[in-house]
Amino acid sequence: MDTTKPASEESVATLGPFGECPLPIFEHPQIVLGHGSGGKLSAELIEKVFVSRFRNSTLEKMDDQAVLEIAGTRLAFTTDSFVVTPIFFPGGDIGSLAVNGTVNDLAMGGAKPLYLAAAFILEEGLPASDLARVVDSMAAAARNAGVQLVTGDTKVVNRGKGDKVFITTTGIGLVDRGTQLSADRARPGDKILLSGYIGDHGITILSQRENLEFESALESDCAALNGLVDAMLDEAAAANALDGFRVMRDPTRGGVATVLNEIAGRSKAGMELRETQIPVRDAVRGACEMLGLDPLYVANEGKLVAIVAPQIADRVLAVMQRHPLGAESRIIGEVVEQHPGMVLMKTSVGGTRVVDVLFGEQLPRIC
Amino acid sequence: MKYLDEYRDGDIAAKLVERIKRAQTKPWVIMEVCGGQTHSIVKNGIDHLLPKGVELVHGPGCPVCVTPLEMIDKAHAIARRPDVIFCSFGDMLRVPGSDGDLFSIKSQGGDVRVVYSPLDCLKIARANPDKQVVFFAIGFETTAPANAMLAWQARQNGMTNVSLLVSHVLVPPAIEAILSSPQNRVQGFLGPGHVCAVVGYTEYEPLAARFHVPIVVTGFEPLDILEGVLMVVEQLESGRGEVENQYSRILARGGNQPAQDLIAKVFEVSDRKWRGVGTIPRSGFQLRADFHDFDAERRFNVHAIDTMEPEICIAGQILQGIKKPHDCPAFGNPCTPQHPLGATMVSAEGACAAYYAYGRHLKDADLVMIGANGHGHN
Repeated sequence: MDTTKPASEESVATLGPFGECPLPIFEHPQIVLGHGSGGKLSAELIEKVFVSRFRNSTLEKMDDQAVLEIAGTRLAFTTDSFVVTPIFFPGGDIGSLAVNGTVNDLAMGGAKPLYLAAAFILEEGLPASDLARVVDSMAAAARNAGVQLVTGDTKVVNRGKGDKVFITTTGIGLVDRGTQLSADRARPGDKILLSGYIGDHGITILSQRENLEFESALESDCAALNGLVDAMLDEAAAANALDGFRVMRDPTRGGVATVLNEIAGRSKAGMELRETQIPVRDAVRGACEMLGLDPLYVANEGKLVAIVAPQIADRVLAVMQRHPLGAESRIIGEVVEQHPGMVLMKTSVGGTRVVDVLFGEQLPRIC
Repeated sequence: MKYLDEYRDGDIAAKLVERIKRAQTKPWVIMEVCGGQTHSIVKNGIDHLLPKGVELVHGPGCPVCVTPLEMIDKAHAIARRPDVIFCSFGDMLRVPGSDGDLFSIKSQGGDVRVVYSPLDCLKIARANPDKQVVFFAIGFETTAPANAMLAWQARQNGMTNVSLLVSHVLVPPAIEAILSSPQNRVQGFLGPGHVCAVVGYTEYEPLAARFHVPIVVTGFEPLDILEGVLMVVEQLESGRGEVENQYSRILARGGNQPAQDLIAKVFEVSDRKWRGVGTIPRSGFQLRADFHDFDAERRFNVHAIDTMEPEICIAGQILQGIKKPHDCPAFGNPCTPQHPLGATMVSAEGACAAYYAYGRHLKDADLVMIGANGHGHN
């Protein structure tokens, strides 16, 4: 089968009504948790259920935000829902997460985040003091990120029909530089920059779940990255090399591995990582060893991955390392011409492995 | 990280590889018995470091992979019951039975929970006195003590809402079956470090002597595995066939006596069916008669479920080292981690999933094919 041929050109009769992939979603008559994992199941859900019905050139870019030109002004526009358990955790809560997550999605498009809308689904019985605490935290996060919450909505559902509070935030930002950031712009020779320790958020959340008893001093890395992004883009602009700034992504669910695979796939380029350059805290590594997880697939909420041209990589890296949210930044690998669409990693013992996209949720191994 | 980084040092790895190259003069086929070793080999790319003449094949030591389909179907029949909270190790959730997996049962309203320790089931049972809590007790000798402890404590505490669906298997009968097969290619073994930490390695000594085959009990870190390979190669090159212990920092010859005592109180050796292989005599554990009250098969009357495995899947031959995943006509298409035909494609420790995810032993062209669209279409 010619794998480069888009599904729309294939005969429906030979492939079934849903295109060329074997589709677990349609073998699962119900939505399963893996559909929200950020892995292959999520990608298929989005492509087969949503993109196929709303198809347009902006949506098809599949970036974390849409960049729209309206009356000569470039605006970034994005939305995100937050459903974390527990709602309060070391290093943040669902409120700060909801603000920072949307701010970061705007910033990753090269935008200056300006305004947010927030919609709350509250479960009957939620203590009002908990809600106030969440909203206080949102207000503080918004002040810190320099954005205003300008509109919103609240709904209350019966006890048991929700889980305390779900928040959806929508954001608008101004793209006031000549950036062209998109996942399809990585090219061979580009450097892959990572802004610090990976896996802190995901392992913090995991450690707070009721059935998992391990103590750690870990905190979520939840943070607004627009200040860091500003500094990075200023540096690229000062070098007159904004065009060399290709892609930025915040590796949230699915982690660094998933984001890099998306970029490699959309750019039709390969990637080579060096395991020794990827910063992972001992507490995260320890938890991952114990649970049989791989930190490359664990969620972050205050980290970014940037693909930049080799000419400006060192300058951008230096700026990142001077910023408090990027002190541990590293160049973790390169974009290469070989094995397009695939991410390889040189392991610390000197071997090579493929870093693939996960199918669904990362499952703890038995032993 | 202390006690781990020391066993992942690239310079020492390179020296060990050099020593293996110097020691090896003839081609050898070595089986790593444990799924944990397979995982470490592919995750660290160790197979790519070895000289061509040293071929690693993976053994039957992935507990999820060898659990027979009919046992999965029994688990699913129990998990679908509205009065049951079904608890399992995580990587069992995606193993397909004849009709879906535990994730799909969960999405249809079944109460399926991942536990990290079997003893978590006691807490769940206390918190849910109106529900039956069933633990899917699978694994090799490694998980047997903790699984036995669940049954033991449930009985001690007089808990009537806890039971175990037992599908326990043992390593030595599997090694014996592999070595006795006329198609056998395996000339030496990396023995299962964690299994031997529990039961010791005296049972392997008569096997090594009878088949004149080196068995080196080996750990799981990259340097453990390279050192284990070196020790096997040195034995093979010098014509020896003995049991040696590479993992001496963790285990002694006799293993862990209190753990063995507990296993003996709760379990007895029985015949077991292995996925893709069939029944191997005296190759597993079942609950002893005085624990029959805690046997989920009896409690939920699922004895009669009997399932045939898909004909195209060659998981059985893969688990015995006779064939490799890409010898399978279904590998990559239609059998993928999204759409697994056999359990070796499901668990992260499974040989087929490991090949698929990490590109073990694949040719460059195949690597590109898989990476290009993530599906491995032909």
